[in-house]
Amino acid sequence: MFSRLRNDFPILDTRIGESSLSYLDSGATSQKPQCVIDTFTEYYSQRNAAVHRGAHSLAVMATDAFEAGREAVANLVGGTPEQVIWTKNATEALNVVALGIDRASHGFGGQAAQRFAVGPGDSIVVTEMEHHANLVPWQQLAQSTGAQIRWLPVTDSGELDLSNLDSIVDETTKVFAFTHVSNVLGTINPVDTLVARARQVGALVVLDACQSVPHMPVNFVDLDVDFAAFSAHKALGPTGLGTLWGRSELLNSLPPVLTGGSMITTVTMEGSQFMDAPQRFEAGTQPVAEVAAFTTAVNYLAEVGLQNIFDHERELATVLLDGIAEIPGITVLGSAENRIGTVAFDVDGVHAHDVGQYLDSQGVAVRVGHHCAQPLHRRFGVTATTRASTYLYNNTEDCEQFLHALGEVRGFFGVE
Amino acid sequence: MSTQMQQLYQQVILDHSRERAGNSDLLGDSAAGAHGSSHQINPTCGDEIELETEIGEDGGIAVRWTGDGCSISMASASVLTELAAENSVEGMLDIEAKFHELMHSRGTMAGDEEILGDAAVFSGVSKFPARIKCALLSWVAFKDALNQAQTSLKE
Repeated sequence: MFSRLRNDFPILDTRIGESSLSYLDSGATSQKPQCVIDTFTEYYSQRNAAVHRGAHSLAVMATDAFEAGREAVANLVGGTPEQVIWTKNATEALNVVALGIDRASHGFGGQAAQRFAVGPGDSIVVTEMEHHANLVPWQQLAQSTGAQIRWLPVTDSGELDLSNLDSIVDETTKVFAFTHVSNVLGTINPVDTLVARARQVGALVVLDACQSVPHMPVNFVDLDVDFAAFSAHKALGPTGLGTLWGRSELLNSLPPVLTGGSMITTVTMEGSQFMDAPQRFEAGTQPVAEVAAFTTAVNYLAEVGLQNIFDHERELATVLLDGIAEIPGITVLGSAENRIGTVAFDVDGVHAHDVGQYLDSQGVAVRVGHHCAQPLHRRFGVTATTRASTYLYNNTEDCEQFLHALGEVRGFFGVE
Repeated sequence: MSTQMQQLYQQVILDHSRERAGNSDLLGDSAAGAHGSSHQINPTCGDEIELETEIGEDGGIAVRWTGDGCSISMASASVLTELAAENSVEGMLDIEAKFHELMHSRGTMAGDEEILGDAAVFSGVSKFPARIKCALLSWVAFKDALNQAQTSLKE
């Protein structure tokens, strides 16, 4: 199945100079199958109209397409369509939660929103392996409210250090925000243990699911999280679209950050009433074509099967890790057994930027830099790493092309 | 190996990235005379440089720096240090302007070795938009620090 579906991704036929393309940067953004690309043409040539307004036929078709996306996502990650909110990206989804809590902390949203309020004496807990998108908004919330920011450290093996979990997440903790899968280390975190502790102290759980939803079966209801965020473009979908998932009773009392048209029930010159979720958080014109395209992507993923995708990528991860282990001078960050096909490493004597440049000359696309996780890199004593990350369309040949080129890097830069 | 890669990673660049001129302890607060310092970061990759410049009584320029970054950024700082030792303030400002122009030429210019010296070998970098900032990092720090040194000279 996996060798056949590769043909669905036209970009993989691109030649980079004299080499075929080995695309190992899906952790940054995934490539798109032809059916997702075609959905844009189909939507704009047959169904385009403004959604949730207008009584004409096209408006109904566009609205149906828009709402069908929520249903597809709910089928993928659990819950009901009303629990699926469209945002610009996952970063915005996380900010909607952090800024909503900030507004509640400053008296917005009335009595119902007071359950979210944080202030001096309260704590917000994150982890040392967070992407900046799930760290900076919480720092801002702490700064705005006087709450304290705390974090779970990371072990040498690239896993969360849970030895002080009970003292870091304690009775003062109001929000516990953590990533499901590290975008650098590939480590899958023990969500059940973390959620159990959050429930003991009554903290809200916010899950960054950007690196899990595209690569493994995920059900937010089963995981028992309160909010979760992920992006469409990492899951075969278009850029410009993210998803915020939340428990309905929380979403309906969280103060919205973006206000205006399409999200109100009654507006007078003195004040306004807001709709329930999802419209509550979807002010203004929405990215309807992107939702339609993402719906196609979600259906594609469901058809292949997330467990199949996970197993396929786990095999590729083994090829990458075993191959890297045979190349002298390469240090992989972390060694977690429970992982996806994301591998970050340091090349002794060669800066990540130079590694990436050499690999590109051999047709291999990887990410270099701090991958928006500076604290995690600092934890491992490096400023930048090279990261190879797989997806369902990658095969063993991609990994071998990468390993062959990586084996030449230190020789090229004269550090062997 | 592509020609572009060979143009990018000229031997001079690889040599300078390993044997780095001017990469030494900074004077910090103990600096005397007309001096300036600048700290620059490339936010996309985390590369950084801290660079100090001094203008001596004879008009000569001294450069010291510490930094962490790719071969292009480190070699560029090294080449800059050597050029500063051989040139006047006016000469270095001219070189800085021409180097800046070369880096933004998208591969359409050949570096003038008469003026740029070893810095001319960076002409291949201009074909790689993602790497232009690497080559310019130390020059941005140098221009800032030199400007401070000139200001303190006038005071």
